[in-house]
Amino acid sequence: MTSLPASAAPCSCACSCEPSETEMFARLDEVISEYREKPGGLIPALQTAQSVFGYLPETVIRRIAEGFGKTVSEVAGVVTFYSFFTLHPRGKYLVRVCLGTACYVRGGKDVLDAFKKKLQIEVGETTPDRQFSLEVGRCFGACGMAPVVMVNDTVYQRVKPARVGEMVNQIVAGAVVAASEKEHT
Amino acid sequence: MLNVTVNTQKIQVPEGSTILQAARQMGVSIPTLCNLEKREAIGACRVCLVEVEGARILQAACSTPVHEGMVVRTHSAQARAARRQVVEMLLSEHDGNCPTCDRSGDCELRALAEEMGVSQVPFEGMRAKPHIDDSTPALVRDNSKCIKCRRCVTVCSEVQGVGALFPQGRGFQTVIGPAFTRDLAEVACVQCGQCAAVCPVGAIVEKSCIPQVWKAIENPHLHVVVQTAPAIRAALGECFGYEPGTRVTGKMAAALRRLGFDGVFDTNFTADLTILEEGTELLTRLKTALVDKQPVALPMFTSCSPGWINFAEFYFPQFLPNISTCKSPQQMFGAVAKSYYAQKIGRKPEEIVVVSVMPCTAKKFEAQRPEMESHGVRDVDYVLTTRELAKMIKEAGIDFRALPDEPMDAPLGLSSGAADIFANTGGVMEAALRTAYEIVTGRELPVANLHVSAIAGLAGVKEAALTITGTKPEWNFLEGVELKVAVSHGLGNTRRLLEHIKAHGSPYHFIEVMTCPGGCIGGGGQPRFTDDAVRLKRIGAIYSEDESKKMRKSHENPDVQKLYTEFLGKPLGEKSHHLLHTKYAHKAK
Ligand code: SF4
Ligand code: SF4
Ligand code: SF4
Ligand code: FES
Repeated sequence: MTSLPASAAPCSCACSCEPSETEMFARLDEVISEYREKPGGLIPALQTAQSVFGYLPETVIRRIAEGFGKTVSEVAGVVTFYSFFTLHPRGKYLVRVCLGTACYVRGGKDVLDAFKKKLQIEVGETTPDRQFSLEVGRCFGACGMAPVVMVNDTVYQRVKPARVGEMVNQIVAGAVVAASEKEHT
Repeated sequence: MLNVTVNTQKIQVPEGSTILQAARQMGVSIPTLCNLEKREAIGACRVCLVEVEGARILQAACSTPVHEGMVVRTHSAQARAARRQVVEMLLSEHDGNCPTCDRSGDCELRALAEEMGVSQVPFEGMRAKPHIDDSTPALVRDNSKCIKCRRCVTVCSEVQGVGALFPQGRGFQTVIGPAFTRDLAEVACVQCGQCAAVCPVGAIVEKSCIPQVWKAIENPHLHVVVQTAPAIRAALGECFGYEPGTRVTGKMAAALRRLGFDGVFDTNFTADLTILEEGTELLTRLKTALVDKQPVALPMFTSCSPGWINFAEFYFPQFLPNISTCKSPQQMFGAVAKSYYAQKIGRKPEEIVVVSVMPCTAKKFEAQRPEMESHGVRDVDYVLTTRELAKMIKEAGIDFRALPDEPMDAPLGLSSGAADIFANTGGVMEAALRTAYEIVTGRELPVANLHVSAIAGLAGVKEAALTITGTKPEWNFLEGVELKVAVSHGLGNTRRLLEHIKAHGSPYHFIEVMTCPGGCIGGGGQPRFTDDAVRLKRIGAIYSEDESKKMRKSHENPDVQKLYTEFLGKPLGEKSHHLLHTKYAHKAK
């Protein structure tokens, strides 16, 4: 059995195999003992844990809380405070609809509603097939082109609610680099 | 010492003082919200902003230390305007309707708004998704009223060592609560209500039983009796404008009678009973260890505080065999009322309703524990907090201050001074020692005025030792034994004590644990606001209640003796075992 690379899932061999749960939890325990004595070690531990598991499920948060001698409510509080942590597995495509002032004024809310309707999920959720996650953004610095939507690293400008369905189909057809493909390259 | 000017006055304050402390020292009051006595200032609410000469922006008085020569203006136009804005902001995020709110009488936000002359809320702010958590029998949380001051977070984690609450999420979406937006019943919350005691607004309150109690009283087919915990008489007066520490035992009995209860009784009666059962249990355990040389769980822990029982069941299951099997005095009362008393008055247990008035929200939980019943009849039907009782008295139009002093009813109303002191930290232990020592030696506990001073007061963990000499023949195995006892209050202190025992073993034979700081007099259901000054005053009232009685030892209570001869038989006997004792189980966190 080969040992897991320090910080990543899936492994670096470009195959599609994933580390087993046991391996991931073994790695988690390493991470906990590495950081638990360090001042401010909680956040880097959570970051590493997230890169191992892809997200921070409750079991992982509980294990970290126990390891750090903190309460579950505190660690969950830290996780939900920072937007780079996620409690739920993210989909292949992370759709972020900007609701900054300019986008909001120019119909960002309607675009968001169109995504909710098309994908049948609420903000913060992921579709059951793990294709799409939906989130709200606060200004991507492209206000002149509002309303703006970012899907992974691709920016869509002047999005019209009526075009959202078509957009989603194009994405699935390969218009956007999927999250896992990107990490592999 | 540092020289500081506050407004026009110059004073000297010790180094390390905050602006708030300096101002208070000279009688200038600055509003605060998030700040809590003896806890590190977190500077979260900004309600205490003041102007400091030379500083670019206004400073939070609670968390800014003074420096030599500092000039502070606490009530300049700028400071007042800034504070008003902070309160307006809080109100804009707050979704409440004062007249229908549980806190309309003692809300700190409402008082602040008035003090600062807020006459309108200029805009409606962004709010987190409203959610009402009424999952426990003890508490109701309404996050649309929460102003995120975090007092509950501090109390739950630092004072109680539980940590069920923490800010979740960020910005306007922040919700103060358990992890993963769970409700309290789904996490390891002990239902002590200390969060509700410190919450400045109506965001955490007890779950009210007032409507059910009215309904029972108004039902002619039911015989409704009430019991009042020892701590109520030292605090209820505060709801009617009396100074903290005013004893209102007689007026309380009069008020309960006027509310329409068919029997006005006293939890004190079963506190005396508890001492006989629990004292006997302790002596039995000691005999098993010392004479029979059999393994037995020692030290023994007291069992009257239901938050502590929850705490042990969640966090320290290894100590469950050490906890006395005695039900709490509240539950013993219910069991006795629906058996012995029911027989006496010729009523069926089902026709009797037992209402408790408790200083405690965890008592609401305790009364609903499935095992707290006998033959399908609940020991206790409804539990009211001290605050709820005050509301009922007001609702009934009773002029509390004008009431005469009246006694409690027989046969469950008579009690010793030892029962009174169940209300404060160290009291159950002292009461037990008064009786156990006398049983074993035939002589009175040899301490001044029957008080064991080493275990009195507000220190977090206290201990005392007592060498037993001159034992009666049947107790001579205790001759020369140094009896060691410990007392802790507040679950944070208790956690430290238990961790220490886990690591180093226990020199103690008997340990008293009370969930709330100061004991029941500082319970989660007591009048707000309870700080150490108030705790000490209530404790003073309890001790003087004790000292005012001729009968100061539980075993001297003639009505308890009668209960044994007429009904129970003997302590730890078969009837007692069935009615007065219980068991505990590990609960997953
Ligand atoms: S919490 Fe205070 S301000 Fe809010 S509704 Fe209740 S009484 Fe009014
Ligand atoms: S009831 Fe006690 S344990 Fe539960 S949340 Fe409130 S303070 Fe914490
Ligand atoms: S629930 Fe009460 S004490 Fe807790 S943060 Fe909200 S307002 Fe403050
Ligand atoms: S009391 Fe000073 S910031 Fe809250």
